[in-house]
Amino acid sequence: MAIEDDVLVVGGGIAGATAALAALETDPDARVRLVTHRQSTLRHASGLIDVLGYTPAGEGPLADPFDALEALPTGHPYERVGTDAVREALAFFDRVVDGAYEGGHTDRNALVPTYGGTVKPTARYPASTAPGLASDTRETLLVGFETLPDFDAPLAARHLEAAGVPFDARGVTLSFPGIRRDDAKITRYAHLLDRDEVVDADSGERSARDALAASVDTHLEDESRVGFPAILGDDRVETVREELAEALGVDVFEVPMGPPSLPGMRLEGLLYDALEDAGVRLTSGVPVVDYETTAETAGGTTDRIDHVVVDRNGAEVPHRADQYVLATGGLVGKGVDSNRERVYEPIFDCHVSHPADRYDWFVDDVFGDQPYARFGLEVDRDLRPLAADGVPEFSNLSAAGAVLGGYDFAAEKSGSGVSLATGYVAGTRAAEVGGR
Amino acid sequence: MSDAEQPIDGGAPDEGDDEFEPIQVFPEAEEMDLRPGADDCYKCSTCDTNCPVAAVDDEFPGPKFQGPEQWRLKRQDDHDIDDSVMKCSNCMRCDSACPSSVPLSQMHNTARGEYVEQTMSKLSREYLRNRMLANYRRFAPLGATFPRTANFVLGLSITKWLGEKTLGITSERELPAFATETFREWWEKRGGNAASKRRAQDAREKRGGNAASKRRAQDAREKRGDNAASKRRGESNQPSEDKRIAYFHGCYSNYNTPEVGKALVRVYERFGYEVLVPDQHCSGTPMFANGMLEDARRAAETNVAELADAIENGADIIASCSSCSMSIRQEYPELFDFEGTEDVSANTWDAVEYLRVHEDLEAELEGTSVGAEFDDFVYHAPCHSRNQGLNGQTIEVMDAIDGIDVHDVGDSCSGISGTYGWKAENYETSMKIGEEMFEHMADADARTGLTECPTCSMQMEHGTGYEITHTLEVLEAALVGDSSETDG
Repeated sequence: MAIEDDVLVVGGGIAGATAALAALETDPDARVRLVTHRQSTLRHASGLIDVLGYTPAGEGPLADPFDALEALPTGHPYERVGTDAVREALAFFDRVVDGAYEGGHTDRNALVPTYGGTVKPTARYPASTAPGLASDTRETLLVGFETLPDFDAPLAARHLEAAGVPFDARGVTLSFPGIRRDDAKITRYAHLLDRDEVVDADSGERSARDALAASVDTHLEDESRVGFPAILGDDRVETVREELAEALGVDVFEVPMGPPSLPGMRLEGLLYDALEDAGVRLTSGVPVVDYETTAETAGGTTDRIDHVVVDRNGAEVPHRADQYVLATGGLVGKGVDSNRERVYEPIFDCHVSHPADRYDWFVDDVFGDQPYARFGLEVDRDLRPLAADGVPEFSNLSAAGAVLGGYDFAAEKSGSGVSLATGYVAGTRAAEVGGR
Repeated sequence: MSDAEQPIDGGAPDEGDDEFEPIQVFPEAEEMDLRPGADDCYKCSTCDTNCPVAAVDDEFPGPKFQGPEQWRLKRQDDHDIDDSVMKCSNCMRCDSACPSSVPLSQMHNTARGEYVEQTMSKLSREYLRNRMLANYRRFAPLGATFPRTANFVLGLSITKWLGEKTLGITSERELPAFATETFREWWEKRGGNAASKRRAQDAREKRGGNAASKRRAQDAREKRGDNAASKRRGESNQPSEDKRIAYFHGCYSNYNTPEVGKALVRVYERFGYEVLVPDQHCSGTPMFANGMLEDARRAAETNVAELADAIENGADIIASCSSCSMSIRQEYPELFDFEGTEDVSANTWDAVEYLRVHEDLEAELEGTSVGAEFDDFVYHAPCHSRNQGLNGQTIEVMDAIDGIDVHDVGDSCSGISGTYGWKAENYETSMKIGEEMFEHMADADARTGLTECPTCSMQMEHGTGYEITHTLEVLEAALVGDSSETDG
């Protein structure tokens, strides 16, 4: 007896979660399940929602990503779904995160300072980063911590100034009250502030938020905003930020960090809360390892997936649905994998176009135009993966997110936007085609 | 390959042939070689962000250190295993977190075993206490023989005080009460397997010949056609073998909560399953967590042999405790290689999961109700359920029953992690981890807890004062009703 659903989404990142939510919004009576194995790459991600920061040719930073969308080459995921779908997906995202993100007031890219002191063009950004935008001209103090070497505040400040931001920036490095280990986990910082635990600070025992504000206060000069690495709490980041701002009498913001990233984890939290509220059935921690097609094909050479097989520590559990969405990620998320012979998609073995010789998969310049960055599935306009002959692999499978090929999200700064737009389209379509 | 070197394919001896031929560059490993796992770690720290201990305890360096880094360090002769490994609670969240499939809990288990073996004094209070906690199964029969006396003595504050002072077992917690009749005593009294066979047959007849269900069971079996057990099963002609399970009750539902075991038996018999109750030892979970690998090995050897026999007799293995099933499914094959270990692992199931896959459980539950006996629940998915992909299951199944509403408390860890939260030195950490779960329980519109893990249930009760029920008890109420009168 298989576990039965109408729509089955494989993969639990932005694309998968968006697909599941969009499917349920399209058909509130549908039974939608999301199966996810390992944790998604959101934990590595900045938590920013980029649409397009640079064109595939490298022009940018783009002031308005929508101006450039129409000119994208055939096969680019945005070209497949169309500009309107990108807009709809962003509006959908704004509804889902309900005020936790800003940037929806304009089509234009915002410039968010990063922990390296660079400036990243992005379409949506967490509310906690909003007072830090680089287009804002207020003087800025960046605060780093001795035990958090990923963020060198003085260096980041100098880097920002060198990048030509329209304000003075200064950085200081302090010790974080209550943290003694050199390698305390970011969740430890967040937990201390979230729970406002009592810590042993220079000034005696006091609450973590108080102690942090006090130690920053002595370094504050004329600056009217203070930036911290993105560790200001987990569930209660807005409360922490408000309290620090009140105690310091200036605006407080977070600077997005590298992996592991709390803003990425918080976004994951928002998406999973939304999944639960919507009634999406969630199966996590186990992989989809195989599939079976139905005996009768839908006509022509295109097969129909009957069910997929989920592995539970060796026991094989069949899951059947009418429509399937593949959102397993790219090379990092392992939705696309490779060995010495070939690049492949591990679950359905959908066609991944790539040169036969593996020395043609990359170029020597690390930051050059890497062919492997574009490896992924080719899809039709319904996002159905296409076989080498251009025919859909399966009649009831669509794909979304980084498993798609034809774009270099790292160079273009388009990762989250593509996941959102294709997830939205794939989920909506699955519910429309499937239905009950 | 080094970054600086240009790889030369043509350098391989069989020039012209593209096939990759690995060569052995390290001597044959004498002990478990975890190098491939350690090499798979690319330091993304996802595991660290999932560690409930690292978020509340400054002293704990996190799973990335405990796993791959410690594994490398301990291979140096001058490096002892860091004692922080004993602060790991063995929740195993890091396992399912890792995007690179590094076998973190396997690394923790082996490191902890070596630490206890090589570094911990066998005369220390800590060792004795841990050995006792890990071997609960050895002490429980005594308590179960004189349950009233034992419960009385264990409940005395002087006993708890002594426990804390002499053994380092926290006096903050109430020790679990022993049942006046163990599950196995009840099972024998009820007529054992013979009685179960009869009841299962009756149930099958009552279910109308049950052709559809038989076919489903057959289909499921054929699916696993490559497995030796089902081939053996195919040779047998006894009709009752169509539906047969072997119940791994574990220690807690035998000695402390036999009502869970009884519920399992009655629910499975209702679906026409004949139940076997093989001889068994502790699953090993508390032993792994305390680094008592030799104790675990002995227990596992018995369990694998007995359970493999049951599989040979046409049964699948069913557990009602999520840590027991986790241990048999994942830790046995990771740590031991007795004959049949893999087969036992692959044929062991969670009790509710099995019914979902082999029966149409949700359809059977449609329209059932549980009357006044149960109301709404707050549900906590144990970490060890989560790791088996079962975290959403209870909510989905309970949704089908009329009149109860189940609220999920979210993905926080309860913090007790078996014997971990019983140790005086871990009590505070354990309660700090549990804080989020307690808050979510208090926020929800229900005053009864629901979970599948015995120690999670202790923690839920300890932190909120709620009564805690096992999912199988609710299924029993919905599907069987109150059968205690006819059932002894």
